[in-house]
Amino acid sequence: MSLIINGVAVAPPADPRVSLLDHLRETLHLTGTKKGCNQGACGACTVLADGERILSCLALAVQYDGRSITTIEGVGQAGALHPLQQAFIDHDGFQCGYCTPGQICSALGMMMEAKRGLPSNVTSDLTAAVTLDRAEVQERMSGNLCRCGAHNGIIDAIRLSVEAAA
Amino acid sequence: MTPFDYARAGDVADALRMGAIEGTAFLGGGTNLVDLMRETVARPARLIDVSGLSDRIEETPDGGLRIGAGVRNTALAEHAAVRSRYPVLARAILAGASAQIRNMATVGGNLLQRTRCTYFYDTDGSRCNKRVVGSGCDARGGFNRIHAVLGASDACVATHPSDMCVALAALDAVVQVEGPAGARAIAFDAFHRLPGDRPDLDTILAPGELIVAVELPANPLAAHSTYRKVRDRASYAFALISVAAALSIEEGRIADVRIAFGGVAHKPWRAVKAEAALKGQVPDDALFRAAAAAEFADAQPLRDNGFKPLLAQRTLAAVLGELTTGAAA
Repeated sequence: MSLIINGVAVAPPADPRVSLLDHLRETLHLTGTKKGCNQGACGACTVLADGERILSCLALAVQYDGRSITTIEGVGQAGALHPLQQAFIDHDGFQCGYCTPGQICSALGMMMEAKRGLPSNVTSDLTAAVTLDRAEVQERMSGNLCRCGAHNGIIDAIRLSVEAAA
Repeated sequence: MTPFDYARAGDVADALRMGAIEGTAFLGGGTNLVDLMRETVARPARLIDVSGLSDRIEETPDGGLRIGAGVRNTALAEHAAVRSRYPVLARAILAGASAQIRNMATVGGNLLQRTRCTYFYDTDGSRCNKRVVGSGCDARGGFNRIHAVLGASDACVATHPSDMCVALAALDAVVQVEGPAGARAIAFDAFHRLPGDRPDLDTILAPGELIVAVELPANPLAAHSTYRKVRDRASYAFALISVAAALSIEEGRIADVRIAFGGVAHKPWRAVKAEAALKGQVPDDALFRAAAAAEFADAQPLRDNGFKPLLAQRTLAAVLGELTTGAAA
């Protein structure tokens, strides 16, 4: 078995203590994924596992053997940005940029969740289709903190990207 | 993190065989256990990964649902039957943690998560009877805003952190367990323990026992239910007080009701006194407040959490007001 990282098969670490986050950064040198709190409180380490957003700091890499992981390096490249990355630039979705890879991966996972109708804590009708208004995006992105306080720009970037994709 | 061996269980029998060895812990989504291991609060010698075991949600013959222990929290909240027939459960799950954590966390692991008492985590500087039995409790005389007001002991004032479990307590869920001595079914209210003098034991699970499923009985009340959580910020924080409630109204009176509180005790707190005070009565705000007062009559607040009985009363009144208004409509 192997981990599939951005489409490339890589060996899991020999030591089961290694988190997916450390495996990405220290072994594979994919340093786009960031280590913030390392205890599941900040969301900076968010990556996609088979399209679902997860926290790579709380994930033992061995546990994800056989799974397909997408990091920010798999989302876009310099000169070929993902539309959501461009939207973060256009709407001031960051200052220092440290939380941005996690914000982008989280938002991509969030958009898929909303599309398939997953409700949130602020959804009034649990069985209705989801409309990503401001309150919904705020709630759904609450697992990603931004110490620069760019949250309003982040929400603008996500909402306009959702509208553009509709 | 202390070194450990890791193995993935192929099925329940495989997990039980490997889990029978002392020092073994079962691993679900890892959202709590990995953190506890990193802080050296938990130091298992071996992890048996059971997160790939049953992730199915099935209808039971009596009209309820059987939820495999490996079902992710998101998948459970998203399930159509849960949203329509057990809305309190969907709402409780969606009120907990963050989306990323809900995508990772399993149902079995949610039941077994440990308290977020900060003294429990502070291995360097604090005494904690839950971490080291007999070492003392620094929460009782310390910063205890988030701590228990019901059912606590001299040894421990920690609260159970789960939202999902509060809904499961209100819904009379049954925990299906398999272990070295065979299979057994545990009523949800009996699954978690009060601390007594053994706060290291959160549940009645015996060593080597594995949660394989949680069953929800059919319950006509459950479709008319909700969950409300009060916390220090609007999202992604543990409950100060939470309420799970379901009720039915017949001929202007409360025919049946289920209530559980979170954030008040070492376990999800099924409010039998409040339920008794409500049944058969004409619903109004004064009744709701009296029911909460009955439940919290024996509350023993600490230095920083004296607000909890009144907050619980107001939260219950708001929830029951919402449900009775909806029932009348």
